[in-house]
Amino acid sequence: MKTPFFTCVSAIISKDLRAEIRARELISVMALFALLSILVFSFALELDREAREEAVSGVLWVTLIFASTLGFNRSMAQERDHGNLDALLLAPVSRAAIFVGKLLGNFIFTLIVGLAMLPLMTALYGLALLDGWIIVTTALGIFGFATIGTLLATMTVQTRAREALLPIALLPIALPFLLTAVRATKGILSGAPAAEWQGPLGMLAAIIVIYLALCLLLYEYVLEE
Amino acid sequence: MKSLPMDLRKDTSPMPRLLRVLTVITVLGFAGTLALGLKVAGADIQQGEIQRIFYIHMPSFFGAFTAFGLTLIGGIIYLARKNETWDRIALAGVEVGLAFSLINLLTGSIWARPIWNTWWTWDPRLTSAAIMCLTYAAYLMLRAGIDDPGKRRAFMSVYGILAFVTVLITLFIIRIVPETIHPVIVGASPQNAQGGFEATSGVVIALAPSLLLWLTLMPITIIWHRVRLEARIEAMNQLKLQALSE
Repeated sequence: MKTPFFTCVSAIISKDLRAEIRARELISVMALFALLSILVFSFALELDREAREEAVSGVLWVTLIFASTLGFNRSMAQERDHGNLDALLLAPVSRAAIFVGKLLGNFIFTLIVGLAMLPLMTALYGLALLDGWIIVTTALGIFGFATIGTLLATMTVQTRAREALLPIALLPIALPFLLTAVRATKGILSGAPAAEWQGPLGMLAAIIVIYLALCLLLYEYVLEE
Repeated sequence: MKSLPMDLRKDTSPMPRLLRVLTVITVLGFAGTLALGLKVAGADIQQGEIQRIFYIHMPSFFGAFTAFGLTLIGGIIYLARKNETWDRIALAGVEVGLAFSLINLLTGSIWARPIWNTWWTWDPRLTSAAIMCLTYAAYLMLRAGIDDPGKRRAFMSVYGILAFVTVLITLFIIRIVPETIHPVIVGASPQNAQGGFEATSGVVIALAPSLLLWLTLMPITIIWHRVRLEARIEAMNQLKLQALSE
């Protein structure tokens, strides 16, 4: 007798939310990292007005992917350290439900950080990042990172080198998201006609569907005892 | 030797006749395609002798494509059947594919020096090919980091399946990011391409056999040898453990 899919998903999400509200481990680390990254980029690249317009979508996405790597690692490490991973494996729930639950938790936390970054970067860089379509792109891109990141973090957290391996495994595979998201953000930001950035945005959505299907199929093999 | 599992006994048996034949054909074929590229085909009218590197450069990418494809297939079949031979094929595919794609990058670099006047440029196609190499290098690192053999095989099958996405990106990148300077020889070249040349009959005569060889016999023969080597390594480790426990 298996627990129904959505009962399990919502149980995992509400557990993750409650743990986060009490400990504030994930969002605070990701947000602080994102803030530092924005500052480091603006010092390192010595961005003037023109260079900022060129570089800002790159800065946004590089920051987001590294911040999300931190978050995914922490989130899975918590499961492992508190013995929750074993408990989940013992429970009569489908692996896909565990995946979707962790994925949505990761997505929500990273999205909060991503959405907080947009007004901050708008203020610091003086560019109109608070645009409806940029928010859509940010949400889609983060969802993409979260699908692949949840799967890979589940794997790397069970390896010897643990946290160190996730960026190495994740970055090359998440590249399609990065490529299309940067392209779409850049297009929207420069005020180009919609036809120019709708292509990459559509491609981003299509890649998410492909990866999501792959991850749902493959997740049961990375959580085996 | 009786205590070894069935698949190890099979993979460590003396070399099958088919593999011997394949090895001979591959070596002879490689010598033959080199002769075609270096002697039979004429020097390019604009680029001169350096253009001949193309007869290795492009086929080596497709060799890597086949090898990484075998990693993908090996991963899928391993997950479905849990037959360890397929995991060895996947590992061999990564190593051979990595070697082939390094040949691809190196030959491209040597060609680019006189033609583009630089060893390397951050062109979308070059970048995606480099990222493809890094993905499979990450495969080997990740593999080395997992101690439990069952987990290692399952995880690496999953990663091998996902990694193939970077191969597809390298193939199709010019459609996502059109501003590449990398020429396309078969089919229409992108607008900004620099250093393209025409696929004349001489080019085709040298290219077609080389492409065929790199696409099929080269990766398959080397991977087969590598799979047998891996099986021998595993058999040796198991026998060592048995000897120690006796």
